[in-house]
Amino acid sequence: MAAGGELQLLGSWYSPYVIRAKVALGLKGLRYEYLEEDLFSKSDLLLKSNPAHKKVPVLVHGGRPVCESLVVVQYVDEAWAGTGPPLLPGDARDRATARFWAAFIDDKFFRAWRELFRSTTDSQRAEAFRSVVPRVETLEQAFMECSEGKAFFGGDAVGLADVALGSFLVWIQVVDEVSGTKLLDGARFPGLAAWAERFLAVDAVKDAMPEFERLLEHYKGFLAKLASPAAPAGYS
Amino acid sequence: MEKTPENASQAAPLKLFGSWASSYTHRVQLALRLKGLEFEYAEEDLGSKSNELLRHNPVYKKVPVLVHGGRALPESVIILQYLDDAWPETRPLLPADAFDRALARFWCHFADDKLGPAVGAVFASMGEDQEAAVRQVHENLALIEAELRDGAFKGRRFFGGDEVGLLDVVLGCGSYWLAVFEEVTGVRLVDADAFPLFHAWLRDFEALDEVRETIPAVDRLLEYARGVRHMLLGLAGAGAAAASAAAAAPAEAPAAPAPAPAADIAVDI
Repeated sequence: MAAGGELQLLGSWYSPYVIRAKVALGLKGLRYEYLEEDLFSKSDLLLKSNPAHKKVPVLVHGGRPVCESLVVVQYVDEAWAGTGPPLLPGDARDRATARFWAAFIDDKFFRAWRELFRSTTDSQRAEAFRSVVPRVETLEQAFMECSEGKAFFGGDAVGLADVALGSFLVWIQVVDEVSGTKLLDGARFPGLAAWAERFLAVDAVKDAMPEFERLLEHYKGFLAKLASPAAPAGYS
Repeated sequence: MEKTPENASQAAPLKLFGSWASSYTHRVQLALRLKGLEFEYAEEDLGSKSNELLRHNPVYKKVPVLVHGGRALPESVIILQYLDDAWPETRPLLPADAFDRALARFWCHFADDKLGPAVGAVFASMGEDQEAAVRQVHENLALIEAELRDGAFKGRRFFGGDEVGLLDVVLGCGSYWLAVFEEVTGVRLVDADAFPLFHAWLRDFEALDEVRETIPAVDRLLEYARGVRHMLLGLAGAGAAAASAAAAAPAEAPAAPAPAPAADIAVDI
């Protein structure tokens, strides 16, 4: 169980980075106390635990904070190595590949997709969509290479790259709904489209994801604020 | 010892594609030296990249790339972890404890995501913009200093403990630019009074034999940095975005080797 102390997860229900942490904890069958943060009025615990970034998720284990979603996922994998399936493979090259795609998802895919997320007009959306599609093409190819015909980037079981990309899936659906797009289109990206369905069907993932309708309302509220002259800062 | 797939692949040759002024390349060279691993080195002209490099790193087209047994590994921090995984019997870069590993990874990401770009911004700007960038660098250094003083790294000679580890290699191969940039821009970045522990760590790091073998001579770095700064400021009117394109074109060449595109120096810390 929680070897070495109690677990607390500081998070925000709509943050895809927090979803990553929840999925990892869920896959390992770990129990933890979840503390919802108001990101516009951060708790003392959050500010003390992550002074460098003041961001969620923060996993507090036995009083010690672990920050950064991909660091948290690897920490959960390593600290509970004997529990549940491994989130990273054993082979050195496969581990490097998993880390590479996880980093690509944050550095290249998310940065492009964020422009679509922040678009408030149709012309912005069209341009943003055009920019993110090449990233998805790269990920479709990556999926085919990594999965080798199996269910996930990690093979038979969910791995680091699956968690990294999969945490965005409900957000992708919500933004698609508002912008009239279909990012993981089954005709264009059959590998990823089928992968997305499988990922969302995993129990630990279902438990971690926000409800589509709730997230949709939240997103519409965010867009309204973004489009208005006095848009608040700090929404990452 | 049983011949496992790991041991069989260990025998395959290592080839590192890099650039002499790239701190990311230095990280890998240093790690290989610390582990006592033999490798072939291929110098890349970043203004005119080889087909081999582009084939090995189609996604980012950058150095360093480590090719091992025909398989290409890009991204310095990923390469360093790979070296630990593939040669577990060599001196480890990552600590054994899971929490310490998480700390090392967190601060490596901080170095590349926050500190590096802030230092690059100081180098690429002037006036008020530069003052803002300097404040950012100081804020970032203050966070690291705090961890050395009262936090996760309290009492340690190196971030890795008594010996250098992953975070030392990542932070160290890049921090030598601080003194170079101070000299070239006339701006104070690492005040020994404001950041005594960071300053002491950097001095101890740079004194190590393997580090001295890896980091280029300071006069070469100075010459290179002066050339890039001259070019960046000359293009300041045209905007920073134009700087990378212009850097690839033949400009009046300073006595130094042709400067790398500005985009590389901005992230190269």
